[in-house]
Amino acid sequence: MVDSHTVLWGQTIVYTAYCLAILAVVEWFALRITTPADHPPKVPPRLFYSFVGLLVLIGVSLHIITFNTIPWVPDDLHGDSVQAARTYPIIVQDHRYVLPEQQLQVPCGQVVRFSVTSGDLTYGFGLFRSDNSMVTQMQVVPGHPNNLVWTFQKNGVYSIRSTEYSGPKGDAMIVKDAVKVTGCSVDDPYTTSAKG
Amino acid sequence: MSTKETQPVSPAPRHTGSARQSFGDTLLHGNEHAFAPRTLTAMQKLTLKYVVFGLIYYAFAAIEGMLMRINQVQPQELLFPERYYAMLTAHPLVGIFGSSYLIVFGAFTFLVPYLMAKPLWSYKVATWTLWLIVGGVFTFWLDGFISHYAPLYTLYWPLPADFSQFHPLSGAIFITGIALVMVGTGLFVLNVFRTIAYTPAGWEKQPSRELLTDALGLSTIGQWLRGRRLKAEHEHKTPLAVAAIARGTVDVAFNVAIILFTGVLILVYMVAKLTGHDLAHSAVDALLYKNWFWWGLDLIADGLVLVFVAGAWYLLAQLITGRPVFMATWARLALGVELVVSWTVWSHHLLSDQAQPAALKVGSGEMVTAFELITQGLAFFITLATLWQARPLEMTMPLRFLLGFALAVPAGIMQADAGLNRVLHNTQWVVGPHVHVAVLVGLTMTLYAAIYLLLPILTNGAKLWSERLGKVHFWLHLVGGIGMGAFMGMAGLQGMLRRTIYYDGEYTPYMWLAAVSGALLLAALACFLLNIVMTLGLKGAVGLFRRSELPVEQLVPAAGHD
Repeated sequence: MVDSHTVLWGQTIVYTAYCLAILAVVEWFALRITTPADHPPKVPPRLFYSFVGLLVLIGVSLHIITFNTIPWVPDDLHGDSVQAARTYPIIVQDHRYVLPEQQLQVPCGQVVRFSVTSGDLTYGFGLFRSDNSMVTQMQVVPGHPNNLVWTFQKNGVYSIRSTEYSGPKGDAMIVKDAVKVTGCSVDDPYTTSAKG
Repeated sequence: MSTKETQPVSPAPRHTGSARQSFGDTLLHGNEHAFAPRTLTAMQKLTLKYVVFGLIYYAFAAIEGMLMRINQVQPQELLFPERYYAMLTAHPLVGIFGSSYLIVFGAFTFLVPYLMAKPLWSYKVATWTLWLIVGGVFTFWLDGFISHYAPLYTLYWPLPADFSQFHPLSGAIFITGIALVMVGTGLFVLNVFRTIAYTPAGWEKQPSRELLTDALGLSTIGQWLRGRRLKAEHEHKTPLAVAAIARGTVDVAFNVAIILFTGVLILVYMVAKLTGHDLAHSAVDALLYKNWFWWGLDLIADGLVLVFVAGAWYLLAQLITGRPVFMATWARLALGVELVVSWTVWSHHLLSDQAQPAALKVGSGEMVTAFELITQGLAFFITLATLWQARPLEMTMPLRFLLGFALAVPAGIMQADAGLNRVLHNTQWVVGPHVHVAVLVGLTMTLYAAIYLLLPILTNGAKLWSERLGKVHFWLHLVGGIGMGAFMGMAGLQGMLRRTIYYDGEYTPYMWLAAVSGALLLAALACFLLNIVMTLGLKGAVGLFRRSELPVEQLVPAAGHD
């Protein structure tokens, strides 16, 4: 069951491997160009064209892979046409979130929509686990609908935090334990249990 | 660049110092007394002044960055939130406009006429550019320091005009400082294009139109559309590096227009407030504003910086190896593609804006942005191939710093993905492995390479005080830059936001490691500055600000001049 935790660990491994590889290549290159060549050094054009092909392949395949492996992408790109089982209208104004109920009750496995509107500034809307890792987020732009369509697959309690700077007054825009997901067969191990 | 256009400058150094020069004597008179500012032309002095102020502002940004790093380890009372956020607002603006712009503009103000083998169009305009940027940066920095105006560089509407948090006068002074920088930048644009195209007094008429269209790549596009053979490198009217400078300068011009337009809009609200009128924020559409402002801002991050850096790599590789650039036609093509790509990628900053059309997110935000992997990858490959074909090379200071890049662009491509952006947007990942690695390891190390390479040309043969200290500078900067980016990135992947103060020690281990890396960067800067001061001497540094007796049209002293 892929969630943001899985995606971010995957990214950590891939990017760390890339960085180590590129550092090794540059180190090898630095050593080689300072030593005399056995024969006249020549870079064949086919190596250049192969490299161009490799870059194109990587650039395109990254998005194809993420589109097909990260579960929230299709809903995210077609959010307006997705039917949601529940919609939670939330207002942000004067650096405060106003929720329709003290703790939003979210059913497992159903598409839900967080519909957030701003009455003044540009804010952010993010859901975070109790270990501070992020579940999801969006920008909240005044004068526009800001709808985040999401399907939860694990039980847990999540906090809302602004993910966008809105001036010094927005220094602590956090609503602890604002969202509770229940009804799943598995718990999110990185956040407060929904049973509590 | 043809060989006839790169006449090496080799003025005779004056080695009058003793074999064992004392520290005090070196500090006062420079290494081996080799630097004599009275021999410098006005253009050399002006270029060095750009670099001096650029380094001063780099120190501003580095010290501010270190203070913020400390605050991320443990929030400090001294940096109560308003002061911290004011610093967070000033830090990138001082770093980019005060440091990078000044050093890059200074180098290009010298290199365009140097490579075109003709005088600069206007020395006076170049002087105005310097002082407008120096004054503008100091104006907005001081205003932020005193009044804590802190809408960040993003200026998301209507935050810059939120007068419940910021005084309109402090905002007006801040925006005026930015406007001064933009006017100076506009004058730089004018000077670059006029220098490429104009005919100096007493010269045979220059083919202005052909020079400009060649530099911008328009003539190549025309040939391609007509199905004609593309020019060989030696057939071009402008060297490859000048083509890169010209194309990057197009983005500089657009950027000036957007920032000035936005600044005037914000100023209207401030002036109205100061005169007792409240204008409705809703008169400006926040999403439309975000689109145009990011379009303009991205011309820096994804435009001129990438084009300028690629051009600088090509030039440095040529100067280091003394050979033409590998696959130069492709290099020109990639510079042109990068320019067009830079006009169409802004939407990757709006992947988390739900009202942004999906077509823009996928088209501009993902697909076109992925082209940067290709264009920068080509620049990387071409530079390395140029160096490779000149084996064996001596590992000099410029070469050492030139090799320290290639980490930041893939990090940017990863966050410019609809799936990943949902959990990366506005986290420390964006500002660590992408922004700071790009700026510190990509851009700044390229600038250091250029400074080390151009130092003898600009100083008529000053000799670097300590190669060993230069190596220490290199390793401290490289390890510090990569380390800081890496630890910020690790915290970002654990959910740490980029513009948030954490009061409960949520990310303390990562922030300690990032702070230690930041300290290495500061130590690297101290090594570099010490090396430069000991190379030039304090008297030499003061001498930069004395008027040159040589004619302003002269780039470097004529052979035999003492």
